[in-house]
Amino acid sequence: MWTSLKCLLQYRGLIQALVSRELKARYRGSVLGFFWSFVNPLLLLLVYTFVFTVIFRPARTEGLTPYALFLFCGLLPWTWFSSSLLESSSVLSNNANLIQKVLFPADVLPCVNVFSNFIHFLLGLPILFAFLIYYRRPLNIYLLLFPAVVLIQIIFTLGFAMFISSLSVHFRDIRDLLANLLTFWFFATPIIYPNTMIPERYRWVLDLNPMTHIMMGYQDTLFKGQLPHWKKLSVTLLIALVVFYVGYFLFDRLRDSFAEEV
Amino acid sequence: MASAVVVENLTKLYRKYSQKRRFQTMKSALIKGDLFRQLRPEEVFLALEKVSFTVKKGETFGIIGSNGAGKSTLLKIIAGTLRSTYGKVMVNGRISALIELGAGFHPEISGRENIYINGIMLGLSKREIQRRYDDIVQFAELEEFIESPIKTYSTGMYLRLGFAIAINVDPDVLLIDEIIAVGDESFARKCLDKIKEFQWKKKTIVIVSHSLGMINTLCNRAVWLKQGKVEQLGDPRRVVDAYLSDVAEKEERELSRLHSQTLEKFALAEEAKLEEEAPPPATEYEKKRWGSRDIEIKEVKLLDKKGQERHIFTSGEPMEVRMTIYARNKIKDFVFGIGIFNSAGIACYGTNTHLEKLVPREISGEAVVSFKIERLDLIQGTYFLDVAAHQIDGTPYDYHRQLYTFRVQSLIPDVGVFRPQHKWSFSPNISFKKKMEKKV
Repeated sequence: MWTSLKCLLQYRGLIQALVSRELKARYRGSVLGFFWSFVNPLLLLLVYTFVFTVIFRPARTEGLTPYALFLFCGLLPWTWFSSSLLESSSVLSNNANLIQKVLFPADVLPCVNVFSNFIHFLLGLPILFAFLIYYRRPLNIYLLLFPAVVLIQIIFTLGFAMFISSLSVHFRDIRDLLANLLTFWFFATPIIYPNTMIPERYRWVLDLNPMTHIMMGYQDTLFKGQLPHWKKLSVTLLIALVVFYVGYFLFDRLRDSFAEEV
Repeated sequence: MASAVVVENLTKLYRKYSQKRRFQTMKSALIKGDLFRQLRPEEVFLALEKVSFTVKKGETFGIIGSNGAGKSTLLKIIAGTLRSTYGKVMVNGRISALIELGAGFHPEISGRENIYINGIMLGLSKREIQRRYDDIVQFAELEEFIESPIKTYSTGMYLRLGFAIAINVDPDVLLIDEIIAVGDESFARKCLDKIKEFQWKKKTIVIVSHSLGMINTLCNRAVWLKQGKVEQLGDPRRVVDAYLSDVAEKEERELSRLHSQTLEKFALAEEAKLEEEAPPPATEYEKKRWGSRDIEIKEVKLLDKKGQERHIFTSGEPMEVRMTIYARNKIKDFVFGIGIFNSAGIACYGTNTHLEKLVPREISGEAVVSFKIERLDLIQGTYFLDVAAHQIDGTPYDYHRQLYTFRVQSLIPDVGVFRPQHKWSFSPNISFKKKMEKKV
């Protein structure tokens, strides 16, 4: 497994080339082109602003104004997470011709997924920061911890993507299962609500979810300008590493079956 | 000389598709890293069985065999896209596989960008691609279109680009799977030239092809795979010949099975006719056979010079068409005829006893009509036979329309309808190499 992992690192160039191909191909033929990467999150933000200031006003949101911006801090990385996973559930079968016909390292494919969605996440950040500055949110020294949270999410997402992509070759059902699981997971994570909304004695349930700590990490460093709960975050990092190990182990073990099954 | 590809006891099993035992295979794959050991023999398909051979450095090696013999599987295992179940494959040097051209192309981005990405997939660095870029574009003849997205390319352009990239990787071992046939004439020739250039540079080439002539002319050695096993290995001519005679045998069996099926249908149709007074609707069979049956052609056999029944003849051989007939009563007006058609439906030859000025006197009871051809000077191909017994004015007794099939094989791939006896001769200032390249 470690040798495979080393090989994967050697394919950096390939991943890079494929990610840029993915991004180029995505907007080829559209009028706005790359501009969509900015417009998409902006429109999303507007929709949420409208919903949460005009239609639906949640209680107990003291200190979380504008509320839509608070959501947006979690929503942007969550989109990265969920679309990476959804795409990785079909990435191997979509690229069957590569796996069967060319000598191609299959583990590159889920990585390309995760990283091209990561680029979209990065392109959404300027919008987020523009509004954070506009609303004078306290951007301070804790912002330096933001990349650490991103790193944890990369590891976690990669591990999950490996896990899902290799299993979905054998079980196509995973795709539908995953879509529903992700919806549930979204609401089980404090993204559209702050974790303070949950009664204190039930909060431990929320704590079991690793995405809780990642999302709160973003909310703390970006929106609230405070030190994230670093102990919980470190544990989350460990969990992310374990997930990555398990996901990659599974992928590596099933690798030989891909060419025949996809 | 050093070896470039070593294949040792290679066995490849495919799992037959079954929903039931998927979990078990998954489980064994996870726990033991082995997909097959837990499967029962009836659940697997043996694609390759204990295949061993060595390809020397600089050699051109051919793989032949009928469809489903395991040729492509073997090539894919050498290329590394498939894993062997048991046995080993060792390859020395960089491989480029011309198995599926342009497999990694993305339709939305330009030819230029695809060259870079495909090159990286094939293991080149960015700088190496830059150095070869012009060669690739020139070889693919795509200078004008290289900036347009690949989805606008024609099939030919697409394949040309794929071929150009794969061949410019500068591999030590080149694997080719039946792809020279893809382009137009000029591109096919260019590919062949490139292959010859590789041979000249002492690179190793492994070719899978159904074009046996190409295997004959290009390869130093060849292997014939039959149902996943090595049937013969060695000099390409010997291997190709052995393969061809095996194919001929199989076809012979197939044709004779067809022939006996036709006869069986006859018998059944006759019985049906006897039982029912009303004429049955015109079936497929009726369209091929009609007439009053006052004279009935009961059996038709194709015989070779030894009097043995056959369905495959070599051009120039003698052939006999022997009909067993039965006349229900004494008949004084009869003609026997015969016609040979090729697969395009063109009548190659037709004659009858009336045309040949034979005046009928009388026939009764069972009889034998034999039509002997001294030299079957037809070109290679499949032929259909008409036989008939009818009255002089054409009213049929029994007409069999193209019910019998035979094949003619030939070592010379000449064209046309028939082959006249011929001989070339030349004035002394024209000379040829001693032995013409034999093509099959």
